[in-house]
Amino acid sequence: MSSRPELESTLRSRRDQGRKLLVPYITGGLGDWTDLVRAAAAAGADAIEVGIPFSDPVMDGPTIQEASMRALAAGATPAGIASALGRLDVDVPLVVMLYYNLVFRSGHRRFARTIADAGVAGAIVPDLPVDEIGDWARAADDAGVATVLLAAPTTPEERLSRICDRSRGFVYGVGLMGVTGERRSLSAAAAVMAKRLKAATDKPVLIGIGVSTAEQAREVTEVADGVVVGSAIMRRVLEGGGPDEVGAFVSELRAGLDRERAASA
Amino acid sequence: MSRPPGAELMRDPTPDGRFGEFGGRFLPEALVPACQELEEAFRGAWADPAFVAEYGAILRDYAGRPTPVTECHRLSDRLGVRVLLKREDLAHTGSHKINNVVGQALLARRMGKRRVIAETGAGQHGVATATACALFGLECVVYMGEVDIRRQALNVFRMQLLGAEVRTVSSGSRTLKDAINEALRDWVASVETTYYCLGSVMGPHPYPWMVREFQRVVGEEARAQCRQLLAGADPDVVVACVGGGSNAAGTFAGFVDTGARLVGAQAAGGAAIGHGAPGVVHGSKSFLLQDEHGQVSEAHSISAGLDYPGVGPEHSYLASVGRAQYVAADDAEVLDAFRLLAETEGIIPALEPAHALAWVVRAAGTAELPAGSTVLLTLSGRGDKDAAEVMELLG
Repeated sequence: MSSRPELESTLRSRRDQGRKLLVPYITGGLGDWTDLVRAAAAAGADAIEVGIPFSDPVMDGPTIQEASMRALAAGATPAGIASALGRLDVDVPLVVMLYYNLVFRSGHRRFARTIADAGVAGAIVPDLPVDEIGDWARAADDAGVATVLLAAPTTPEERLSRICDRSRGFVYGVGLMGVTGERRSLSAAAAVMAKRLKAATDKPVLIGIGVSTAEQAREVTEVADGVVVGSAIMRRVLEGGGPDEVGAFVSELRAGLDRERAASA
Repeated sequence: MSRPPGAELMRDPTPDGRFGEFGGRFLPEALVPACQELEEAFRGAWADPAFVAEYGAILRDYAGRPTPVTECHRLSDRLGVRVLLKREDLAHTGSHKINNVVGQALLARRMGKRRVIAETGAGQHGVATATACALFGLECVVYMGEVDIRRQALNVFRMQLLGAEVRTVSSGSRTLKDAINEALRDWVASVETTYYCLGSVMGPHPYPWMVREFQRVVGEEARAQCRQLLAGADPDVVVACVGGGSNAAGTFAGFVDTGARLVGAQAAGGAAIGHGAPGVVHGSKSFLLQDEHGQVSEAHSISAGLDYPGVGPEHSYLASVGRAQYVAADDAEVLDAFRLLAETEGIIPALEPAHALAWVVRAAGTAELPAGSTVLLTLSGRGDKDAAEVMELLG
């Protein structure tokens, strides 16, 4: 199915209109997660990242680990989540985030086709670095799925340009050295990461990991084109928050980003 | 003249860290530069005669190498095959793990890293790492699953005595797999100052290769010792236990180009080779116990050191080309073997190498291990750490 829009062109055109980009993350397969995706879309998300839970999420801190374990215990599977995404009535691009073994086990081409058929625009595979991306990237390109690559504060310049070249949809800048999770303040590394990526590429540059509040989102988008926010949302969900709470928090993030736009316009 | 079997095996992996289709470097981007730096440092160190000499001197003067090969007369009589033990239980800290950590601690020092992290299952690698860190004055943090902390309380105390901080891991299956996850999470945040001392021939390139090289000493010594004992001949069969597979990799490296059959003994509840399928976890591609969707399964074994759903990538490769054979032993036969060695030879083995012995007991006198053949078994560690648990199990 799907008439949902393509990832990179959507993000580029919104950015070029002066809008800062907001990509909320929701763990797939957990409770009423499709309602959470709808709520996030309605509250002003420019694209939505949906996590496909994995047994050994090494890039994730306690919040997303817990969300993943609960979703797995509830019977979440990659195919089940893809099929629910295919039926989902939201009109922003959807991006899945999953660890490589789930792709590998399914088979590169089969997995790429499954998510493309579900109208998924892109995929983030955090343990598949640019050097190992070949088989997956070919399958994803052929299926029309954008492979979003991550760049880290430790990535040297030459690698950074390879990552920017190979990344599709946007470039995901890791905002700090560490796993996903909320932080009291924005790491100084986030602005440095954003500046380096903005200097290296014209693709949309989004910063994620350790961006937890509207204020932090506003701060990092002084340089970056946008943010990915995950743990701050999933903590609210784990504490019992439903679509209303998620929608309200995403609206708050949206307002923080738009305030920046108004101020600089 | 035809070349001996395996002459090209167990050498350097490809530049992208592959052993055949296995291995690689599947990691979060934040850690990739660190692994590249480590690879470069290891290549430099291993080619530096001063480094190799210091490593060898510490193994000799501090760790007690070479360890002997012991001929088991009473056990051999009982089984009808000639059993030789490579006595890694007699190395300092009680297992082969010291060989690897001495190498890696020297490397950490050479790279200017002052903080070392490690994962541990049975606690042997944790104890060895804590020991090397005490020796070199490095800060040491060891991640250990809650389940393993309970069944290896003595090793926890030893690590603490040695000045290490032991961090309890309560996520997932609360065993070795999760301790590795937690160590990786620490490393993602601390990589600029911290050295990750991985305990087995697994993980991202260069670890599987580097750890095998640091364990190669086991096989090289054993080969020379066997030739002395066997009038220049090699044993018919060489067997070692395999969790991640470091003692087996080191042992096999010494015999891969001989005519000896190589056998790796896995725990029945953790037999990645045989019951697993190719997969990617903890940085490399290898056989892995997993479900149809790719979720990693929990292994089950009385031996904390073999309680791991994966296996080192080079073992997957040796299995796929048929140079080594991988078997499994269940908890009951392992306990029998544990007692048998104690009663016949006065040696209490760790539960891990008791898996290798369990296979020898089962195979002796069959086509697998015909009567009269000679088998070298790497006794990777001593059983003191397991005595309390076995006492409970035997009631």
